[in-house]
Amino acid sequence: MKQNFRFSGTGGQGLITAGIILAEAALLDGLLAVQSQSYGPEARGGSSKAEVIISDRPIRFGRVTHPDTLLVMSQEAADKFSGDCDASSLIITDSLFVKDVRAEDARRVDLPITHTAREVCGKPLFANIVALGAVVALTKCVTTESLERAVLDRVPKGTEDANKKALAAGYEIAKKAV
Amino acid sequence: MSRVLLLQGNQAVVEGAIAAGVRFYGGYPITPSTEIAEGMAKRLPQVGGKFMQTEDELAGIGTVVGASLGGVKAMTATSGPGFSLKQETIGMACSAEIPCVIVDVQRVGPATGQPTSPSQGDVMQTRWGTHGDHWLIVVSPSSVPECFDLTRRAVELSEKYRYPVILLMDEIVGHMRERIELPDSYEGLSVPRRKQPDTPPEKYLAYADTDGSMVPAMADFGSGYRWHMTGLVHDETGFPKGTPAATKNSQDRLHLKLRDHEDDIVQVENYRTDDADVVVIAYGGAARTAYDAVDMARDEGIRAGLLRPVTIWPFADRQIQAVAKKAKCLLVHELNCGQYVREVGRAVRGLVPVDLYAKYDNEPATPEQLLEKIRESAEKIKGAK
Amino acid sequence: MKSMEELVDFYFRPNRLPHLWCPGCGNGVVLGALLKAIDAENLAKDDVAIISGIGCSSRASGYVDFNTANTLHGRALPISTGLKMARPELNVITLSGDGDCSAIGGNHLIHAARRNIGLTLVVFNNSIYGMTGGQYSPLTPMGKKATTAPYLTIEPSFDILALAQAAGATFTARATTYHVPILVDVLRKGIRHEGFSIIEVVTGCPTNYGRQNQIGAPAKMMEWQKDHGVMKAAWDKMDEAAREGKFPIGVLSERKDLKEYTKAYDEVIVRAQASVKEETA
Repeated sequence: MKQNFRFSGTGGQGLITAGIILAEAALLDGLLAVQSQSYGPEARGGSSKAEVIISDRPIRFGRVTHPDTLLVMSQEAADKFSGDCDASSLIITDSLFVKDVRAEDARRVDLPITHTAREVCGKPLFANIVALGAVVALTKCVTTESLERAVLDRVPKGTEDANKKALAAGYEIAKKAV
Repeated sequence: MSRVLLLQGNQAVVEGAIAAGVRFYGGYPITPSTEIAEGMAKRLPQVGGKFMQTEDELAGIGTVVGASLGGVKAMTATSGPGFSLKQETIGMACSAEIPCVIVDVQRVGPATGQPTSPSQGDVMQTRWGTHGDHWLIVVSPSSVPECFDLTRRAVELSEKYRYPVILLMDEIVGHMRERIELPDSYEGLSVPRRKQPDTPPEKYLAYADTDGSMVPAMADFGSGYRWHMTGLVHDETGFPKGTPAATKNSQDRLHLKLRDHEDDIVQVENYRTDDADVVVIAYGGAARTAYDAVDMARDEGIRAGLLRPVTIWPFADRQIQAVAKKAKCLLVHELNCGQYVREVGRAVRGLVPVDLYAKYDNEPATPEQLLEKIRESAEKIKGAK
Repeated sequence: MKSMEELVDFYFRPNRLPHLWCPGCGNGVVLGALLKAIDAENLAKDDVAIISGIGCSSRASGYVDFNTANTLHGRALPISTGLKMARPELNVITLSGDGDCSAIGGNHLIHAARRNIGLTLVVFNNSIYGMTGGQYSPLTPMGKKATTAPYLTIEPSFDILALAQAAGATFTARATTYHVPILVDVLRKGIRHEGFSIIEVVTGCPTNYGRQNQIGAPAKMMEWQKDHGVMKAAWDKMDEAAREGKFPIGVLSERKDLKEYTKAYDEVIVRAQASVKEETA
């Protein structure tokens, strides 16, 4: 079992944190994980990406050359980071920001991620956690228990309830979409 | 008891240093090594150690040498531009035989280059960066757990041989996050300190080889053993001496004390090399690509293997020659235009062809790309038959 | 107090003499005054570290029986700083020349002063690079000759104590090799000062500065020091015109409002360890 994830969007959307949380959830499940990310000015302005590989066997090469799951949360990121997807890839888009992706034949699920974060948690800030919920609901790459624990270990004190709500909302919109 | 964590390579270096007993860090922030400074700033005072953000790279390594004179295990970290600046003082640490660890998390160079992109362009600089004739110890990790282990080993070797040791990393390993299992307590993980004098202070000679190991005992400043450190050529008393004999003796020591302990210092990892026709040689972050490429080559029937130098310097002549005797071709893969490959060529002395896959476009090679090169090398051997 | 002969016997390392300084060089006077100060302060040899850079004056560290290091050009202060961090109980005395300290090591000077780390920095200011044969330094006055200024220097020189004060030094003092009792006194005060102290010593280099600038014999250079060094109290009462070409000696500034760096760091350790306790609680 080996799954490649790429989370991409705009700097500030919390996608690198989302990548770290997903990798930590995998470790909690007893799996192995490697996480890497784009750095520098690119990671702040403009588009940013985090990559996670989850496997039950040792992971050597740590970059994703062909995402099994691509999360795109901005049109620019979709333009830049969807080119190496194909029919076997799942592309999850934030429908608020993304219209086109560069892999026509990929399986595509459009979700109102940021919209839901605003509706359910009151802030678009929680979009990354909503997205994580959706990704896990659609891929079953980690257990929801581990995901919740990994989220709660990472987020600031006092925001636990809002984050739990965001996760639940993520599961919900994913289930509704399929 | 232990805990499983997802850590960056740079963070694992911090933990390895703390575990090894490093209690002083002086350095200047520079991408992609800054997380090491940040981690040390947080962790060192927690264990009673001290961290200093110095005014520049020169002061970073300078404070490290000073702290080491005081008997404290000391470390600094930097990247290419800062590594260049530190060279003169690294040379003094060689000459005066001062234990310390210098981490170089490589980025694309020369000059400012690309601060956040991987490269292995400093591999020869670690060997020949400072002026003058000397040997040096360099070790290079390929994974996050190995960052922890090799940082400890770097401290251990520096204390054992009374010499600077360089931990050569690259952006790939420094920044990636990976699973690591760390013990809850670092008790028992601290590495032995430098040899202490067993003579009374009035008989102590700071550079005398008293036990034939070529490693003199080093007393701490302030311990009652008063001695003199100098960057000038010196004799066993530690005081400057410019005679041809004193000069030769001092140069000999800076070579022989490592050369004669190569068995203890030099480590490589052999991965599927036993029956391999094509042996890839790769180190640091580039080796991660190589494991996968070797497995893929095996899947298509090519007998491939990987020799990964863990100790970069002294060079693993013997280990590479041993592999070259059995293999039909060596393929060096490194993230530069071809540096280490020259040493490999020198070591195998025409025994087998040495191919090179040099990747220097700021991205690591993918396993598929390296596989293609393995296929080409394998094809060439067939043609040669 | 020990006589000079007794001081040499007690503090000099056997077999390290003769020293390499030229006849008439002021460096020996500075080193002698430093030994007097250390002796008067009753510091045990084991509790003193003498760290120097590179240059004529920096060779002093090798002659005397303490924990000593003759390091790299410009780097005496960082190495002293690291040692002080490792061993705050040591009296770390840094010896540096005008070039070593204000040119190649200038950045370290301002930051050591800013941090107020408890080092005693003694700057042997002979206005020239002596070891390499007479090139100008940042402390060579304007309009002087040097081998690298055959047509006279055109660069203004630093007032190194004003520079250190501006950078935050909490103790600054100056003396000359003529004013030895004052030199010993300010060295003692500098050693006692808890934070960073800098003592500039105006000293003569007859071989490479005096000769090029036709000042004459070593005694003439001493006379010049006598005529141009003015005690701080007198200096304060002088007007601009009277001060022309002269310089104040004695303790020029002293502050006690700033915590010494290693002591401040001890508080960092306390805060860091408290935060661990909080985390694990």
